[in-house]
Amino acid sequence: MPNKPERGNLKIFLGFAAGVGKTYQMLEEGQQLKAEGVDVVIGYFEPHARKDTIALTAGFETVPRRTVDYRGTLFEEMDTDAILARHPKVCLVDEFPHTNVPGSARSKRWEDVLVLLDAGIDVYTTMNIQHLESLNDQVQQISGVRVRETIPDWVVERASEVVMVDLAPRALLNRLERGVIYKPDKAKQAMNNFFRESTLAALREMALRQTAHEVGSRRQDAGSDKPAFESGGNVQRDSSKRILVLVTDDPSSVALIRRAKRVADFIHSDCIAVGIAPLGDQAARARALTDKHLNFARNLHVETRLIEAQSVPETLVQFARANSVTEIFIGWPKLKNWLPPFLRNDVQKIVRLSKGMQVTVVDDRRDTAAVRPGPERDM
Amino acid sequence: MPTSALTRPDPDQLLRRVQAEEEYLRRGRLKIFLGYASGVGKSFRMLDEGRRRRERGQDVVVGAIQTVIESDISRLLQKLEIIPLKKVAGVETMDVDTILQRHPQVCLVDGLAHDNPPGSRHASRWQDVDELLAAGISVVTTINLGYIAELQDEVARIRNKRVDQSVPIDFIRRADEIVLVDAPPDAHILHDYASGETQAQDIDALRHRSAQLREIALVLAADVVDHQLECYLERNGIQQSYGTQERVLICLTPRANAARMLEIGGRIRDGFHGELVAAYVEQPKLAADQRSRLEANLELTRAFGVKVERLEGDPIDSILEFAHKRGITQVFVGHSMRDDWKARLIGTPLDKLLRKRRGFDVRVFPQL
Repeated sequence: MPNKPERGNLKIFLGFAAGVGKTYQMLEEGQQLKAEGVDVVIGYFEPHARKDTIALTAGFETVPRRTVDYRGTLFEEMDTDAILARHPKVCLVDEFPHTNVPGSARSKRWEDVLVLLDAGIDVYTTMNIQHLESLNDQVQQISGVRVRETIPDWVVERASEVVMVDLAPRALLNRLERGVIYKPDKAKQAMNNFFRESTLAALREMALRQTAHEVGSRRQDAGSDKPAFESGGNVQRDSSKRILVLVTDDPSSVALIRRAKRVADFIHSDCIAVGIAPLGDQAARARALTDKHLNFARNLHVETRLIEAQSVPETLVQFARANSVTEIFIGWPKLKNWLPPFLRNDVQKIVRLSKGMQVTVVDDRRDTAAVRPGPERDM
Repeated sequence: MPTSALTRPDPDQLLRRVQAEEEYLRRGRLKIFLGYASGVGKSFRMLDEGRRRRERGQDVVVGAIQTVIESDISRLLQKLEIIPLKKVAGVETMDVDTILQRHPQVCLVDGLAHDNPPGSRHASRWQDVDELLAAGISVVTTINLGYIAELQDEVARIRNKRVDQSVPIDFIRRADEIVLVDAPPDAHILHDYASGETQAQDIDALRHRSAQLREIALVLAADVVDHQLECYLERNGIQQSYGTQERVLICLTPRANAARMLEIGGRIRDGFHGELVAAYVEQPKLAADQRSRLEANLELTRAFGVKVERLEGDPIDSILEFAHKRGITQVFVGHSMRDDWKARLIGTPLDKLLRKRRGFDVRVFPQL
């Protein structure tokens, strides 16, 4: 029986904005490996017309991109099959969160990367903190931008190494103003959202803390003698702790799931999402929406259940007891604020019924995004 | 907050602010490259920055560089003006007089924690740097995590090795910019560690140690950035909590299960590298037995190493205000599980907290 190839190692160069030097550092390390005689190829590289970075690609073999015709327009994508056929030791892949053009074998570049890793190829890749799924709501709160291309946290957990590519925000803004990062029109646009000094500082802090977390969890795993990916990243789960998230048809469920999963990951706890939808034909839409939210949870590798029942509090607490849940995460239905307390919502009832468990009412962080200061750059 | 628009600003206060602003503008800027070990490339980054600044027309000199020079560093050095070290009592040290006389815009100073030989102007290089900054010269410098005074015990415990030289953490925190030079512990760094006086160690232990140091360096850099962000938001009058750091607030009451809250709060603080604080709202008419239960909770919390803040006024409003001011992301409260009709009708304090909260989660704990 032929042995399955040993899985390749993933190394992520993590930054907090375009232009901090992620690709540069990835290529530089690639050059070092190459100088040591390692078989390194470029799988995908986005030049962005940055002179210094392009210079670093000299001497690398590049696997040609695949051209895709989508509604009469030609797009270029990474050619995963060609890389598999070439089978290098290490493959450099820029822009990890990229979404492939419709009709590609896989919809996300990170899915392509997982295929390369499964084939035993080491992958070096680049991403910014704002593309991490669990920080999506916070990133919107800080920058006012809803990032659409996200990477589930479990994919980042698979990396054997995460390296922070750091740069002082002021230096980054200098580069932006000198036109190193974007062409003038795009630079001006960029300065209005991500490239404000406070936003950059906040994103940078988040990237530093996330990297500290990644380093810390890999260090703790090292004690268990297992490679990070086998235990699923930072999993040395404390099985005595179990977080249950209540999922409904309310759109805030998505933010709620992200938050609960992030807390569970950071305190090494289990996480399970339970959708409770009413019975009957008129509730078909609510059921469909709840199911959609549960599907979102599954994509984040959260275990899910769908229960059809009329009374949410009783059903939820019953399920929690039967499944030795220690904490319940719920949202706060904000539309009902004007109702008298006893009619308002199920929160009080859940708190009352769930004797002995902790109940966390999660803030819908999308609400606070509205407060945005005016232009504030003072450089 | 007082209605500041109506109160005349105190002229002394204004003067002090103007003086502080002038002082800030007169001083040079300090930029620090922080690494968690030697060999991660701090010096290279510093010199490379010097080269780039020079290419952009700034007047840059090298004030001090470590004696062991690798080839990529010597290539960079060729492009820069160097002020040679001078000998004091037979030991080479940075020539502060010559640098002050030459008065460049920017001075590159490697090894911030370096000790000067007896008879020098200052005992340590960071004090030399402080003098250069005071003279209006900007400094770009490097430091290794192990040389930060307040972290030395922790680093020494991890490395099994103590260094004598040190820089106070406040000097690092006052830097205008800090840049982390991050790198996973590759063979080069591990070799560097092993070449110390420590015995031949197995590679996993070294890797483990490096990871611990790296984690501390990342969190330190994040803390410095957090401080800068706070100052920036304050300077620009922006009242918005960014929640970049997880901050847990435990609300203590006589019947709160403080032990449980501290246990969970501690896990969250450690897991997120965040902060944990506690607060109680002073209640004037507290019965004696309630008072003693509250005191016991306060004591337990302090014994856990968590700072307790005393608040006054309406229990919920004062907590909301405190949470907002301190950028709290999670509030822990106790809740009675009794089902009473009055509470259902007019709502409990918890209900008010949930309704009025903004920007943080509320975790409800069963009370004792």
